[in-house]
Amino acid sequence: MDMDQVKQTFIVECRELLAAMEDALLAQEDQVESAESINAIFRAVHTIKGSAGLFGLDAIVHFSHTVESVMDRVRSGQVKMTPELTGLFLECHDHLVRMIGGIHGDAPEPPEVKAEGERLMAALVPWLEGALATVPKAVTPQLAAREETGRDFWHISVRFGPQVLQNGMDPLSFVRYLRTLGRMVHLHSLLEKLPAGASYDPELCYLGLEMDLDTPADRATLEDVFEFVRDDSQIRLIPPNAKVEEYIRLIQELPEGEQYLGEILVAGGCITPRDLEQALAVQKTEEDPGRRIGTILVQDQSVPPPVVAAALDKQKKFQERQASEMRVVKVAAEKLDKLVNLVGELVIAGASAQVLARQAHDGRLLEATATFNKLVEEIRDNALSLRMVQIGETFSRFRRIVRDVSRELGKDIELEIQGGETELDKTIVEKISDPLMHIVRNSIDHGIEPAEVRKARGKPATGSLCLNAYHESGSIVIEVADDGGGLDRRRILAKAIEKGMVQEGAELSDNEIHNLIFEPGFSTAAALSNLSGRGVGMDVVRRNIDELRGSIELESYEGSGTTLRIRLPLTLAIIDGFRVEVDSTCYVVPLDMVIECLDLGPFLESEENHLVNLRGEVLPFLRLREVFGLPGSAPPKERVVVVQYGETRAGIVVDRLLGEFQTVIKPLGELFRNLKGVGGSTILGSGEVALILDVPQLVQLASKRVPGGVSPAFSRS
Amino acid sequence: MVQIHRNRNVLKLSGELTIYHVTEARTRLGEELAAHPDLEVDLSGIEELDTAGAQLLLWLKREGKTRGGAIPFAHHSPAVLEVIDQLNLAGVFGDTLLIAPNA
Repeated sequence: MDMDQVKQTFIVECRELLAAMEDALLAQEDQVESAESINAIFRAVHTIKGSAGLFGLDAIVHFSHTVESVMDRVRSGQVKMTPELTGLFLECHDHLVRMIGGIHGDAPEPPEVKAEGERLMAALVPWLEGALATVPKAVTPQLAAREETGRDFWHISVRFGPQVLQNGMDPLSFVRYLRTLGRMVHLHSLLEKLPAGASYDPELCYLGLEMDLDTPADRATLEDVFEFVRDDSQIRLIPPNAKVEEYIRLIQELPEGEQYLGEILVAGGCITPRDLEQALAVQKTEEDPGRRIGTILVQDQSVPPPVVAAALDKQKKFQERQASEMRVVKVAAEKLDKLVNLVGELVIAGASAQVLARQAHDGRLLEATATFNKLVEEIRDNALSLRMVQIGETFSRFRRIVRDVSRELGKDIELEIQGGETELDKTIVEKISDPLMHIVRNSIDHGIEPAEVRKARGKPATGSLCLNAYHESGSIVIEVADDGGGLDRRRILAKAIEKGMVQEGAELSDNEIHNLIFEPGFSTAAALSNLSGRGVGMDVVRRNIDELRGSIELESYEGSGTTLRIRLPLTLAIIDGFRVEVDSTCYVVPLDMVIECLDLGPFLESEENHLVNLRGEVLPFLRLREVFGLPGSAPPKERVVVVQYGETRAGIVVDRLLGEFQTVIKPLGELFRNLKGVGGSTILGSGEVALILDVPQLVQLASKRVPGGVSPAFSRS
Repeated sequence: MVQIHRNRNVLKLSGELTIYHVTEARTRLGEELAAHPDLEVDLSGIEELDTAGAQLLLWLKREGKTRGGAIPFAHHSPAVLEVIDQLNLAGVFGDTLLIAPNA
């Protein structure tokens, strides 16, 4: 086996475990205290310790062992999870992350890491000692309690039905038979129900029995004794303690498989199929929501709670294992990329086959290629969805950052996460993480005011930061919103004038001023903190987002907060395209952005305004022919493709509409980087190259040209 | 068959006091009890007793109590003793029992 590869798996696994541990710790901090999260922390540390041992990583084993020991005390309730301890565990988590990060090479542990480890272990010791002192106290009452309830015999409790005697049964015979099965330790007849006077019917049975029987017989045997009376009698069999333990052991030894709780209990011999049937019948008669089957068995059938707990545990373990097995198949990202590339080629090959089929005018061939292309489309969607990951994981990483940064600055900030289940391409998620981090830090540092200022402004002392993600017309939108002070319009303007970015006395709209913060070298932070203002400005954020073919916009209201909205394409590789033609050349518009297609006109006032009246709405348009400076003249009937990006719409005027088409995006070479209006290229089925239009740029261009910049997004404020 | 004979205030039960005869026995016992509140019961002749019979005896005992006089049971036959033993009814009846020599 390739040790390096195994080690790599170990590292990946550790990272996942540590992420889970961090989540659980933060949940603890948010007072969502639960046994579940404590178990998650314990499991993470325990598994890391175990795996690290396999690789002989003694430092990690040693450290995680100490953490695990303290965690174990927390789990057993001997140590309470205090905020102080949570903080300490978070530090231990960080230390483990560092240690795991360091095992790539064979270099020995750097001294500072070692020192940190020793410091943390020293800090953990008091929790261990404190716990040790309390151990004997905690254990004694538990033992005593067990002895009190200790039973070494089967307890059989029977209330015979009134008709038993008339049916020819005699309770006496049951007692006689039971005595042959074992020693009757105790028997008590209940005859309180026997009525006095005339209401006594001598043919009815009024007898009840409470018996303790010392017998090696199992439940089924005992139940069989009452075979003929159980329909109208109440019978309860309470197993001896020794049996309880045996049941638990049996249940634990059962082969694993998906089973109902009842089935597990039956298989373990703690109830008979009949008991289960009865309990299920009871459950059916109960009103919604009735008791769970486990509760019924405990309350009505006297199955000891520990047995049910063991069975439940068994059931859960299997479900958990199955869930985790089903959830994740680890595949190297490289393999996925190769697959997506191949699918890209397949899409092109499919398109080519379709073109040939059309030229051949062969109906059957056309049909075959149509089916083929439909399948290719499905494969494409599936292959791309393999690369899709939920953004929630990235978002939850910010919990820790918000916690740490807000503590450092002495601000109380609550992070709200929405839309964590929104999916987007893994590559994009990786690349968006850094810019997002910068924005979040900015919001905490500059956006949200200190508590005193907030109070003075009549806001709640706790600031709120909201991360949100959602899909919108072919792109994904990520929002970072704070309820802080908003952008200071005057200060930005003053700074811009000082830096010579803006002419003194220039009239700028709010939006234009807000956008100044994305300019290189712009920072208004009055004091540089060690968090932001380190020279990496919003311009870098913008550049990163541009590289992802995304855009960023900002909405800010002075005094009440700022919302940054990042818009990103869903995927980088393959899109559904819409083909259009200008001057016999083919262009592709991403289909997600196309709203509708229509004939050009009617113009608003005159054609020179570059505005059409679209059902009463003003729509700016531009002619692709003009934008790209193409020769030739427009045909008599021009078409408009109405596209939308963000909240802005525009019309792109073309000669002909050609229809939908699957497009594999091929990036343009470095040489064409500065080409406006073109976002990439693709290969058509015929082998021709077509350019993919950069809709965001074209929309911007169209709306800019309009006097006064008519565009819904900008005219709103 | 169950036979019930009264000699003055002593009621002697004999035969099979079982589910098959409890109804008629109950009627008779009720009548006797109404006529002779100071009844005593001799169980020496009981050859067979079942749960229904035991219930009847207990009923008789309790009826007597509600009328003011306890009805002593005496001369328990082995069959009666066996039932009392099986169902642990000695305390319920409260009569003096001759401890059987290991039934």
